[in-house]
Amino acid sequence: MIRNQEDTIAAVATPLSSAGIGIIRISGPEAFTVADRVFQEAGQKAPLLEAPTHTIHYGHIVEDGRIIDEVLVMVMRAPRSYTTEDTVEINCHGGVLVLRKVLDLVLRNGARTAEPGEFTRRAFLNGRIDLAQAESVMDLIESKNEYAMRGSINTLKGKFSEKIRSLRSEILYQNAYLEAALDDPEHISLDGFSEKLITEDEKWITTLSSLISQFHNGRILREGIRTVILGRPNVGKSSLMNLLMGEERAIVTNVAGTTRDTLEEYLTINEMGLTLVDTAGIRETEDVVEKIGVERARQNAEAADLILYVVDGSENLQEEDYEIMELIRTRKAIVILNKNDLDMQMLPRELEFLVQKKVSPFSAKSGEGLNELKTEIQKMFYEGRLTMNDELFMENARQKESLEKAKSSLTMVKNNLLDGMPEDLVSIDLTDAYEELGKVIGESVDEDLINEIFGRFCMGK
Amino acid sequence: MISIEQTYDVIVVGAGHAGCEAALAAARLGCETIVFTVSVDSIAMMPCNPNIGGTSKGHLVREVDALGGEMGKNIDKAFIQSKMLNASKGPAVHSLRAQADKQVYTREMRKTMENTDHLTIRQGEVCELIVSRDGEKAKVCGVKTASGMVYRAQAVVLATGVYLNARCLTGDVIQYTGPNGLQAATHLSDSLRNEGIELVRFKTGTPARVDKRSIDFSKMEEQFGDERIVPFSFETDPESIQREQVSCWLTYTEEKTHEIIRANLDRSPLYGGIIEGTGPRYCPSIEDKVVRYPEKDRHQVFVEPEGEYTNEMYLSGMSSSLPEDVQYAMYHTVPGLENVKIVRNAYAIEYDCINPQQLEATLEFKSIDGLFAAGQFNGSSGYEEAAAQGIVAGINAARKVQNKPAIFIDRSMGYIGVLIDDLVTKENHEPYRMMTSRSEYRLIQRQDNADERLTPLGHEVGLISDERYEKLLKKEEHIEQEIERLQKTHVGCSEEVQAFLEKHESTLLKSGISLAELVRRPELGYEVTEEIDPARPDTLTEAEKEQVEIHLKYEGYIKRQLQQIQNFRKLEAKKLSKDIDYTTIPSLRKEAYQKLNAIKPVSIGQASRISGVSPADISVLLVYLEQMGRKRMQ
Repeated sequence: MIRNQEDTIAAVATPLSSAGIGIIRISGPEAFTVADRVFQEAGQKAPLLEAPTHTIHYGHIVEDGRIIDEVLVMVMRAPRSYTTEDTVEINCHGGVLVLRKVLDLVLRNGARTAEPGEFTRRAFLNGRIDLAQAESVMDLIESKNEYAMRGSINTLKGKFSEKIRSLRSEILYQNAYLEAALDDPEHISLDGFSEKLITEDEKWITTLSSLISQFHNGRILREGIRTVILGRPNVGKSSLMNLLMGEERAIVTNVAGTTRDTLEEYLTINEMGLTLVDTAGIRETEDVVEKIGVERARQNAEAADLILYVVDGSENLQEEDYEIMELIRTRKAIVILNKNDLDMQMLPRELEFLVQKKVSPFSAKSGEGLNELKTEIQKMFYEGRLTMNDELFMENARQKESLEKAKSSLTMVKNNLLDGMPEDLVSIDLTDAYEELGKVIGESVDEDLINEIFGRFCMGK
Repeated sequence: MISIEQTYDVIVVGAGHAGCEAALAAARLGCETIVFTVSVDSIAMMPCNPNIGGTSKGHLVREVDALGGEMGKNIDKAFIQSKMLNASKGPAVHSLRAQADKQVYTREMRKTMENTDHLTIRQGEVCELIVSRDGEKAKVCGVKTASGMVYRAQAVVLATGVYLNARCLTGDVIQYTGPNGLQAATHLSDSLRNEGIELVRFKTGTPARVDKRSIDFSKMEEQFGDERIVPFSFETDPESIQREQVSCWLTYTEEKTHEIIRANLDRSPLYGGIIEGTGPRYCPSIEDKVVRYPEKDRHQVFVEPEGEYTNEMYLSGMSSSLPEDVQYAMYHTVPGLENVKIVRNAYAIEYDCINPQQLEATLEFKSIDGLFAAGQFNGSSGYEEAAAQGIVAGINAARKVQNKPAIFIDRSMGYIGVLIDDLVTKENHEPYRMMTSRSEYRLIQRQDNADERLTPLGHEVGLISDERYEKLLKKEEHIEQEIERLQKTHVGCSEEVQAFLEKHESTLLKSGISLAELVRRPELGYEVTEEIDPARPDTLTEAEKEQVEIHLKYEGYIKRQLQQIQNFRKLEAKKLSKDIDYTTIPSLRKEAYQKLNAIKPVSIGQASRISGVSPADISVLLVYLEQMGRKRMQ
């Protein structure tokens, strides 16, 4: 399904690289209206809708009377903007978490999340970018899409997508029953269906509400810097992970079980979010002698923003170490020379020369070197050497938007049934909910309904 | 053999439901038209079920009528029972269905055809397509019949139904005939293949016809028609068709029936592997139902008359290809059919048809100029689906001859558009049946407003008279005025109004409200509110009143769907040239460019409906289009 090309879109327009300023861009015919709904200018000023082009406005982003952030808002009228459409740019100051909240608010007030590369695409389609750049626009769309798809697969394994999937199949089943009955009223009856559907529908709404609130709490949003810990078995990866989590443990949620063989934890270091991935955390405890699956490590490393490579300093480098070094050569990585407290077989300098990466001496036993490691990660982030996965961030925003839309469609279903509206209207909203949920887990909807009707119900002559 | 030649404007091959509409449309548009049939007695024959219409199919009949087709008028002459299905549900799924007297249906259509100017009916088997390859693109020039005669024309419509290389199967008995023992067409397939047309093999089936006198109706439930009969054609006066109706009957299979079927599955040509063709899922044979739905302990069987002057009855729900002895055994287990005598066996039929992705949405072949196709030949099923394609193919064949641009009915205009777009765009692995769930703008595409949607096009094309068109404009005006009046009429909280609301268990008013708001309430409606609407005009027809009510009651959803239609049209308006080689567009995924090259969509909209083309691919195409546009400007 293809989205409307001319509605109003929003996204974070700056890389999520530091806790400082971030810009949210809103573009499209409703840009000013949407911004006016969330922005309150200091002093009694006219709405942005009436503001002259290329003016900057100081004020606050407000939700239900509560100030979310202090911002500067720039108004650019068509065609004098990047996309050539009416555009508002909100400069936020409150860091990544606040940025997310503001975007969320904008999306709930009439904009939809931009597709990967959509601002640039619009700029091109509207004649803003010259022809020579057309191919790079297409490449951008392609690569961003691939990234987003991979991102959504990475974040949405396990229980969450399982829930969405089962919700979808339940909705599909009821919708198929309804459609089968509409198409074949002489064989399939709708007597009592309405009551049954209301019960089901209420259950679905509850499930969705709980999923949405999990998004609010950030339990599903895991757009921190994706940090993967690599290393041979028994070099101290899990100890490093435990140490990093340390006092944070109490406030993080463990999402173990999302996959059988990776353990993910979320932590923040001075507002900077980190998603820690321990590649073989669980496997190792199950089967100590099993070697790291190089292939799996490679996959994880590819999706990572930062790699922490742990080396056991008390042993000589082994073949697998050279494989890992090759793997991290072109990536952002810090090498952690563990077992600093034992007899060291190599010096940090030697290793540094070998891998051409910063090497941090470390002792998992005493915790020595931990603070230095944290400082180093922070330094990389603030200096912009390390960026967060902003496609993943947007992907999350899109997913949440879809969940909200699905919920509102299901609420319509209930209200219509209670109002005694005909069943075929209900089917329109059921289909909408089904499609929105499909977007969350990246599944297409083509022919699903028709196949379900034929698969489940005995139709026809 | 000495061959002679004749020249026409348009040739139609086949005189089934597609062929009849195609031939009538072309002739009525002024083209000298000849229609071929293997038997003149089988014009508009109904070889399967004795009904016209049904869910979503009723919509198609209405749309064919709105365009100026014949099916609606013909069934209004030939019906013996009529029912509005889903009448208790929303207006979008109301569907008219009539039982036809098959003989009368055929006779009336034949009469109409025989009395249409510019139309020639010719019995004979067309066995060869004549195609010229002199020009840049292949072009059809005519056909050759089995007798060696050559007919030349600028446009040919293929509407061969299920006759191409047909074979009928009952158990291990195979007969190489078309339906009802009619002669199959055995030569044309090879000629089509020689012209590069890809054929596939589909199958369908039909139940037995039995003798009414051998049925015990006391064991069945009687099924009556509606008290007030609604005509199919917008031109038929409802009063003129209120007449006595014939009943149908309902009975059920028993566990014993299913046991017999299960025990004999190995003798079924389908399960025994003799049948190669793909059958329709929506219309399963009784053996399919028993296998696929083992949890169901009974299946409905509707016993329907084949006509008023015959004792033959149709056993709807029990189509089969099991051997004759098994058919007897299983039918005899059904209550009321214990002693039933079979007049005609149930059978499965296999036939050649095309992969319709070879067609444009105008129903012209992409690779051969002037060659059109319609009906079951295109991989669809059903009389109504056939007629819908027939009229479009007929109109476009005529317009080809007259050098006019082809008409194109898109998905937002009606079920005909959905049907054709699905056929030419999507992968189709079974005989395609229309369903209301296939239409994404169902609330706009109702059977009651088919005239509003398509009669303007029919008028523009030339199949609808000025008089009929003006009548439509008047109707629309009346509806609009009445809606406006209701929106402007203010209702205060008078005692009379409150009492009225109380009587109908509707929430009492706290302040004034428009009459339109009251009509919108589910428990009220247009008719009921007349009581508190002294100024209501008494000039509105039933159809106009119905429109007023629907427009007000479903306004929210109607607006939503209209908005969606607007978005849809924007993408349809972004045209893609046939000359694009999609492999040369960077950033398209492999699956996408392969499919795009195979189908060559006419617009971004159509491209977006091809399975395997993702939204990202569409983004890329949009950028590519703009890129091409600018290069041309430079």
